[in-house]
Amino acid sequence: MRYDVFFAGYGGQGVLLAGNLLSYAAIHEGKNVSFFPAYGVEKRGGAAMCTVVFADGDTGSPVVGNPSASVLLNQLSFDKYAAKVKQGGICIVNSSLVNSDGVDLPGVEVILVPMNQIALEMGDVRMVNMVACGAYIEKTGALKAASLEAALKKALPERNHRLIPANVKAMEAGAQATRA
Amino acid sequence: MQTTTAPEKIFVKGNEAVAMAAIEAGCRCYFGYPITPQSDIPEYLSREFPALGGEFIQAESEIGAINMLLGASATGARAMTSSSGPGISLKQEGISYMAGSELPGVIVDIMRAGPGLGGIDASQADYNQATRGGGHGGYRIIVLAPASVQEMYDLTMLAFDLSDIYRMPAMVLADSVIGQMKESVTPNPRPQVVLPPKEWVVRGRAAGEPQNVVKSLYLGDGEMEAFHWKMQARYQELADRECRWEEVQTGDADLIVTAFGSTSRIAKTAVAMAREAGMKVGLMRPITLFPFPKKAYAQLSERCKLFLDIELSTGQMIDDVRLSIARDADVAFYGRPPGAGSLPTPEELFEQIRKHYQARA
Repeated sequence: MRYDVFFAGYGGQGVLLAGNLLSYAAIHEGKNVSFFPAYGVEKRGGAAMCTVVFADGDTGSPVVGNPSASVLLNQLSFDKYAAKVKQGGICIVNSSLVNSDGVDLPGVEVILVPMNQIALEMGDVRMVNMVACGAYIEKTGALKAASLEAALKKALPERNHRLIPANVKAMEAGAQATRA
Repeated sequence: MQTTTAPEKIFVKGNEAVAMAAIEAGCRCYFGYPITPQSDIPEYLSREFPALGGEFIQAESEIGAINMLLGASATGARAMTSSSGPGISLKQEGISYMAGSELPGVIVDIMRAGPGLGGIDASQADYNQATRGGGHGGYRIIVLAPASVQEMYDLTMLAFDLSDIYRMPAMVLADSVIGQMKESVTPNPRPQVVLPPKEWVVRGRAAGEPQNVVKSLYLGDGEMEAFHWKMQARYQELADRECRWEEVQTGDADLIVTAFGSTSRIAKTAVAMAREAGMKVGLMRPITLFPFPKKAYAQLSERCKLFLDIELSTGQMIDDVRLSIARDADVAFYGRPPGAGSLPTPEELFEQIRKHYQARA
């Protein structure tokens, strides 16, 4: 099985960390992984995106034109990338920041998750990327929640390991939101 | 019975894999000057070398760095430098002197768009510079083209070995896609290769020892010409023994896509899409760009008469493909010159494959 997911948002939303996290989780499950980042020269506020491909066999192209799953965290990335999602694919949208009214994506399942709001309720808006990861694995079944928890230990520097329980809760809340 | 287990997979950038492999290959001398998109290499080595007793020098310029590589190599040390287009151009004088002095040494080029300062996006437009010997005087260097982070690791180690065996500089030619992306990698141990003793090194002569001279100046009658013929024979030896390439589903292919490095990765998925759509399409990926696997192309073209060469340039490797295949075989071309936004998608390459596959005679 080969999975590909495209994450996009603005710098500071943790798009690259989310991609790293999914990558570590996939390695934890014994898969091959390609993580291809792209970001502006700005640290915060510029566009940030990454593509993660993971597979039991060859990952193939690190570049994906029509992703089978896209997770779009702000209006700009939604406007630019929502239409690229593959037929039969899913588009997970941060409805706290994205107005998708009147946008029709035929053949694509659009899942609206108020990620900022959920992250705020969980205690910190910076966990928006964790909410997004939780929603992604819940919708696709691509990776186990336990693998993401294990991945947090690898992806986060030691000094931030104390934050792992809160991040796990944020992922669970993201997963929960897609079930509603 | 005890079984050996493969080392645990790590998740690193292509550039970091180069630096890790250099350490594993026994390289303890690095000289360089920062430039995007390869600065992770010096960053990694500057952090790791002190504890290993390595010598890391951020030189005053790329010209300084390549001449430090020449000097370190002349003493027998395994040494490396890395840069990108503008810096690699500056290094050409030193590379030519190394080639003229028969010195090994590893040079990493993480290609960016050019000419001039160009841009920091992926490019394959340094192919001719790398494979033709970018400096003056007529020489070649070994050129390896990794297509994954795993190959960034493995081919960097190979570059050190080939460079030592054939006494010529070796280049790892990658681009910002392969350098910046992260993949799962098995950090393989250094291969056990029997290397020729470096009897030619200059590092202080004990009384009675013969004098060694490392130089690229040949003034005696016929000396320079003899040097060129000797090197020509060595290049032939390289071509006979060291060509490496990967073929995917070429056996029954009516069209063979050919690409190297990052482009070959994108092409591989496009080829798989074409197979799913019922087209008999294969992929030929050269791993050594010098020596170029001419015989392998010639053999493929005995049966398959249409090739599609894909490059992140207006076409450079295509000349080598043309020179390698049978006269009655054709090469079509699809290129995206380097720069922001020019990286093709598999879907785009699939359309090119379909177009040429349907139009074939």
